[in-house]
Formats: sequence, structure tokens, C-alpha cells
Amino acid sequence: MSELKSGSNLEKVLTAGHFAFTGECGPPKGANTKHLLGKFKYLKGNVDCVNLTDNQTAVVRMSSLAASSLMVGQGLEPNFQMVCRDRNRLAMMSDILGAHALGVRNMLCLSGDHQSFGNHPQAKNVHDIDSMQLIAMVKKMRDEGKFMNGDDIDVPPEMFIGAACNPFADPYEYRVYRLANKIEAGADFIQTQCIFNMEKFRDFMKKTVDMGLHEKSYILAGVTPMKNAGMANFMKKFVPGMDIPDELINRLKGVEKKDQAEEGIKFALEQVEEFKAMEGVAGVHMMAIEWEHRVPEIAKRAGMLPRPVV
Amino acid sequence: MIVADRKSLEEILAMVADNKKILILGCKGCVTVCNVGGLKEVEILTSSLKIARKKLGKPLDIDIQVLERQCDNEYVAELSESVNDYDGVISMACGVGPQFLSEMYKTQVFYPAVNTTFFGGATQHGVWEERCAGCGTCGIHMFGGLCPIARCAKSLLHGPCGGSSEGICEVNADTECIWDSIVKKKMEAGQLEDLMGVKGLKDWTTARDGGPRRSIREELVQGKI
Ligand code: SF4
Ligand code: SF4
Repeated sequence: MSELKSGSNLEKVLTAGHFAFTGECGPPKGANTKHLLGKFKYLKGNVDCVNLTDNQTAVVRMSSLAASSLMVGQGLEPNFQMVCRDRNRLAMMSDILGAHALGVRNMLCLSGDHQSFGNHPQAKNVHDIDSMQLIAMVKKMRDEGKFMNGDDIDVPPEMFIGAACNPFADPYEYRVYRLANKIEAGADFIQTQCIFNMEKFRDFMKKTVDMGLHEKSYILAGVTPMKNAGMANFMKKFVPGMDIPDELINRLKGVEKKDQAEEGIKFALEQVEEFKAMEGVAGVHMMAIEWEHRVPEIAKRAGMLPRPVV
Repeated sequence: MIVADRKSLEEILAMVADNKKILILGCKGCVTVCNVGGLKEVEILTSSLKIARKKLGKPLDIDIQVLERQCDNEYVAELSESVNDYDGVISMACGVGPQFLSEMYKTQVFYPAVNTTFFGGATQHGVWEERCAGCGTCGIHMFGGLCPIARCAKSLLHGPCGGSSEGICEVNADTECIWDSIVKKKMEAGQLEDLMGVKGLKDWTTARDGGPRRSIREELVQGKI
């Protein structure tokens, strides 16, 4: 992993051996760029790159590519998310080229939440290809300079290729193999689903390290600070593939309502501390959902500042 | 077989609201097997419609008939003498039936009484489940004999997605995650390597995406067999 594939800041931070710290930002439910640029301010300088979600939970929002481009304009580095639900291979390849043209250098390849979760459940889904194939497709475009039909690309897109991994989905025993497959397909870095069950994640990382996967790809541990016990309960009940131990819910409930946010942040900070020392973990992906304004404080308290300049 | 569900009585009543005399046409094929459009169901619909229309003070005159198959012109031709005796014809066959009828009898109206849903079979008495999406290039042997195209909500070729939980699909608590079954089957058989690697992008030209499909058996066309 010596020669740079994309030249993105995230890639440089990771290859230089720094512990990465990435953020997340949901584009607005509208064309409100003012609001979006406002959120960027909280992230600038506090994270190495920012995931721009792609119609997350299948709710229509400003396009992740457009938001990524706006972010480039503000001097922050985007991680352009792309789901397989809404685009066929033509649209995907064309958006990947467009992303490169707009200065985007990181991509996260995802299947996408099913449209039934979102605000247009009547929509037809695409799923022409899946996330595994999307990873391989971006790699082929980048490394071979070819479209999927084998035609040459005139200036191939340079992308640092990311993939997601959810160690908490089932069947558990298979999850590490699926991760291995994504890395084999071409994932340069991995961002995990939000981790709350630390015990399970420790076990998962042990398996990952045993298979040597951490040496083939950079694994960033996903952290979401809970705002209150209600949020934890909601996620446990309604977000598929989430593993939220009762212990955490009880811990949040154990303090007064006004102090629950602080308790949530404390738990997140404890997690970050553990991840810093955990073998195979190359960084943290901080998903402070609709809480961007708390990121500066979280980054500071997590000892993540200043971010390395490479 | 092709599985279908009957439309509600209200919907069917609305379709024939202006008709005074209709034919209800069943089919002895798949819809008889899945208990939606055979003789029994034709009779039930007939009496329900009659009662409902009587209540409305607009009695409906109904004849009934059940064809061997509505997807076969040989049987569809049996209606040639009588089809125009009616204001309209309700077909209880899958979506193929009323189309073969419409193509042969261009001046008659054929109302679909059922919603054609999928290719599948009964998993228990009264329960039918989807098994195939007719993608035109069958590859189920690669997935332990279970079809992820039809049975995974995202048609993943490399599942299960991050929403799979305890064997259940993220989309619906009543739906199994077929990828959970595929993976478990492969793991138990010690054939995990079959699931590794990236499968080539699926060629959807043989599916609906390639446009309406046609099967030609030359030897039959030429009358050799
Ligand atoms: S692979 Fe295609 S043809 Fe085979 S069962 Fe699945 S949908 Fe049907
Ligand atoms: S939960 Fe399983 S069946 Fe449902 S979309 Fe995901 S992989 Fe497919």
C-alpha cells in the first residue's frame, strides 16, 4: 500500500500511518445549500474526510455527488457514497467519472437500504449490480482504465475505494468472509456499521486480524454518539442490523435526561480510546447523525486534533 | 407455476358497472392449482357479483365457462361463437389469459379479475411463495439451489446485506433472508469458497430488461415434431 491510488487526503493520512478520523454529513431534504455549508464548517479541520450519504434510509435528499462537489468547493474532502438501489451500471460509471471530474477522490460503495424504509416506498429499485460488484467496477475503472464492457476510459477516475461492513448482521460467522471478499474485490478502506456491542466487535476484529485482513485494507471503526436513551431505543427497534446492548441503554437511562447526551458522548469517547489501541483498527468513522455541531468538541475530547496535514 | 391473487369485489364491480350481461371465464391451468381462477372460484365470484348487483338494483346476467388454458389459442378459439353475446368478459386467468383473448377477439373487452404476482409454489396449505423471477439465465446451482434474484429483496449476488438479522430480511419481518439460507447451506457443506470472489455482472438482456421475450423452438416451428 505504498503507491497512492487516488491521492486523497484520507489515503495519505492512512498510508502515512496516522489514525484516521472521518465524519459524516447528510445532504439536506431540499436545495438548501446554506444549511449544508453551515454543517461543513463544523467538520472542516476536525476530520480527514466526510461521508456524504446517498439518499440514506431511502429518503430523498440532495444528491450525494452534488453535495460532494459543494464540499470540495469549501476545501473539505468528501467521501462520496453510492448505493446500488437507485442507479444502474450506466448511471454509476457516469457518476464515478463525474465525481473524479469534480475533484472527488474517495467513494463508499453500498447496497443501500431498501426503498420500503424511505419516503417513496412505491419506487422501483434498480440493483443492476451489487456493492461487491460496484467495488470491483470502480477498481477496474481506476486500475485498468476500462469500462465494464472493456472499452478504454479517456482519463480513468482516481478513487480511494471504500466499502461498508456490518459485523452485527447475521449470520455472524460469515461476516468476516464477506469482509474478506470486499477487500479482495478492491476495497482500500472499510467503514464499519455503528458499533455499540464492543464485546462482539472485539471478537470480530480478532477474526479479521487472524485472517490478515487489516494488512490488506484500512479498517475504520464506526462510532455514533447517542443523543439520549430514546435514540438508542429507536435504533434498536427500527434500524436493521443494529446491535445495541441493553447495558448501554440502561447506562443512558441511568442519568438525568439533560445529561444523557453527555453520557452518550462519554461512551463514544471510551470507544475511540479502545479503538486507538485495538489491533487492526486504522481509524474511527464518527457518524454524529444530525449532530455535526458537536463534532469539533468530540474530535477535541477524543484527542483527534489537530488532524494531520500530509 | 404462476401465482395470482384475486382482486377485491369492489374493484371487479367497478369494472363491470355498466355491463348487464357478462361472461366469467376461468382457466384450468395454474390459477386452478393456486385456487384463484378455477371453476370453484368462478362460481364464488359469480354469486358474489350477482348478490352485490341485486342489492344495487342493477341485476347482472352472468354466464360461466372454464377453458382448459387461456394461454393457448386452441382453447381460446372455443369462444368464437359466443364471445360477442356479452357486454364484457371477466377473465380469472393470469395476465396472459386476457391478453390472448384480447388479441383474438378485438372488439370484446376482457377484464382481469386477478393480480398476477409471481412464479412460485405452495409451501403449506394456503400459502404460496415466490421462487423465480424469470431472469432468463438460471444460475441457482451457484447459490445452493436457492435463487437470490427472485428471493433477495435486493437481488444481491454477494449477500447477505447488512440488514440481515436472525434469518429475517430487513424488508419485512415475515420474509426470510434467502442469503442467510444460502450462506448457512454452503458453510455446512464446507463449500464456502463457492461464495468467494466477485461474480461477473449479470447479463440482464435475457430478463425483462432486454425487452419482451420470445422462445423459438425451430423444430416445432418447422413442423418436424
Ligand atoms: S436465477 Fe433467474 S431463472 Fe433461475 S430461479 Fe432465479 S430468477 Fe428464475
Ligand atoms: S436481508 Fe437478506 S434477503 Fe433481505 S435484502 Fe438483505 S440479503 Fe437480501
